[in-house]
Amino acid sequence: MKETPSTEWKRRPLRRNTLALAFLIVMAVTVERAAAGAEPARERQDQLLSLLRQDCGSCHGLTMKGGLGPPLLPQFLSGKNDDDLVDAILNGRDGTPMPPWNPFLSESEARWLVGVLKKGEGAP
Amino acid sequence: MNKKWLSVAALLLLGACSSPRGTGDLGIVIERASGSVQVIETTGRTSLARVRGLGDLSHASVVYSRDARYAFVFGRDGGLSKVDLLTGRLVKRIIQSGNSIGVSNYKPGGVKVFDSGTLDLIADIPAVYGDGKRSKVVGLVDAPGKRFVFTLYDADEIWIADFSDPASVAVRKFTGVGEKPYDALITPDGRYYIAGLFDEDGMALLDLWNPDAGVKRILDGYGKGEKKLPVYKMPHLEGWAIAGNEAFFPGVGRHEVLIAKTGTWKQTGSIPVYGQPVFVIARPDGRQVWVNFAFPNNETVQVIDVPTRTIVKTLKPGKGVLHMEFTPRGSEVWVSVRDKDKVVVYDTATFKVLRELPAEKPSGIFLSARAHKTGL
Repeated sequence: MKETPSTEWKRRPLRRNTLALAFLIVMAVTVERAAAGAEPARERQDQLLSLLRQDCGSCHGLTMKGGLGPPLLPQFLSGKNDDDLVDAILNGRDGTPMPPWNPFLSESEARWLVGVLKKGEGAP
Repeated sequence: MNKKWLSVAALLLLGACSSPRGTGDLGIVIERASGSVQVIETTGRTSLARVRGLGDLSHASVVYSRDARYAFVFGRDGGLSKVDLLTGRLVKRIIQSGNSIGVSNYKPGGVKVFDSGTLDLIADIPAVYGDGKRSKVVGLVDAPGKRFVFTLYDADEIWIADFSDPASVAVRKFTGVGEKPYDALITPDGRYYIAGLFDEDGMALLDLWNPDAGVKRILDGYGKGEKKLPVYKMPHLEGWAIAGNEAFFPGVGRHEVLIAKTGTWKQTGSIPVYGQPVFVIARPDGRQVWVNFAFPNNETVQVIDVPTRTIVKTLKPGKGVLHMEFTPRGSEVWVSVRDKDKVVVYDTATFKVLRELPAEKPSGIFLSARAHKTGL
């Protein structure tokens, strides 16, 4: 079916509106995700929790009560700055056996793990 | 009808339990996430019982009574559990705040010694150093001559506690042994105590036949000039491999197994391997050395042929291989595969899988033959 020029003219602003709306939605989502620390997908969360318990746990204790590494329970972390904790996870800590986990974790994933630990949801 | 069969099966099992049996083919598999252990037997390769309620079993270790009937399971929460292999029951469990057993603690750091019959506390040695700080304790071994030897991780010290007279325990301290001693082992003859150093390339050696000679540095700077890789899991030295007159051990922060001659303790070689070694253990006859690896390479096990110093087999049991234990004469090895929730039994001659047993996030495997070995 052939379209008349008048219809063509009408569609243009409509399209622009749609684009603008889509842009706004993306903005809103981005802002919201940033506020929530960009939660990893459900499946990835399970992997991260398993990593936390099993691999972080091999030094910090399976229940995060500490081992060769310091405890990671909320009462020990509450006074600490999130950015510093994220930095310790991603880049390791000089002078200690803490290794850098950045080959395996993104910054938002490290930040999500800090949140989990501060809420005391790290231990099984 | 199903119920009837079950009760017949139960009766048969009871019958089997009531007939006398030895403990030489029994063992314990730690299920660390669920705070339980399984009692297993290696003749038919089956699980006999599961014992629950043992608390936090991360970094749990097990020692056996000298009659190899009871397993003492230490958890890092301070729990000490006595498990009867024959009945598959928990005999006694205490939470602690020779003829005796020693427990090393991270926090508060120190060593406590308990009577193996009653689990009564016999001695308490706080690991105090510097101006009253307490150090985490690692690498506790039960050495010949009623001595416990252990390492203070935060203090860089090795202590010998002499229990010849339990009423007055004599402690001898060696200071400045090296940076961050993370674990230690005793050679199978009970003569040398060797601590691995996390922050230095080298190890600290103490000759227990001649402690007056003090702690000596061995394998100094074994990887000089090379950049270390980040370490995602501390290596373990407990199962350090002595095969003939050579010792095989993990290179910290390297994809390497190092070889040294025993006696002179000079490095004689190194073997490139798949990842950073965690356990490097010799088959009891010393012909093979099996190696598992740290995260993210912990799905693999490699087998080194000792005479040719080459890798003869690479196995992929699955993600989370945490421990390996040989049957006493080495024909089989039991491997725990955490993320697959199973224990895999391999034939060490053919590398064929002989059995897979379900287990809940298994970690350490400890067979009762350890009862008669020094340093295990």
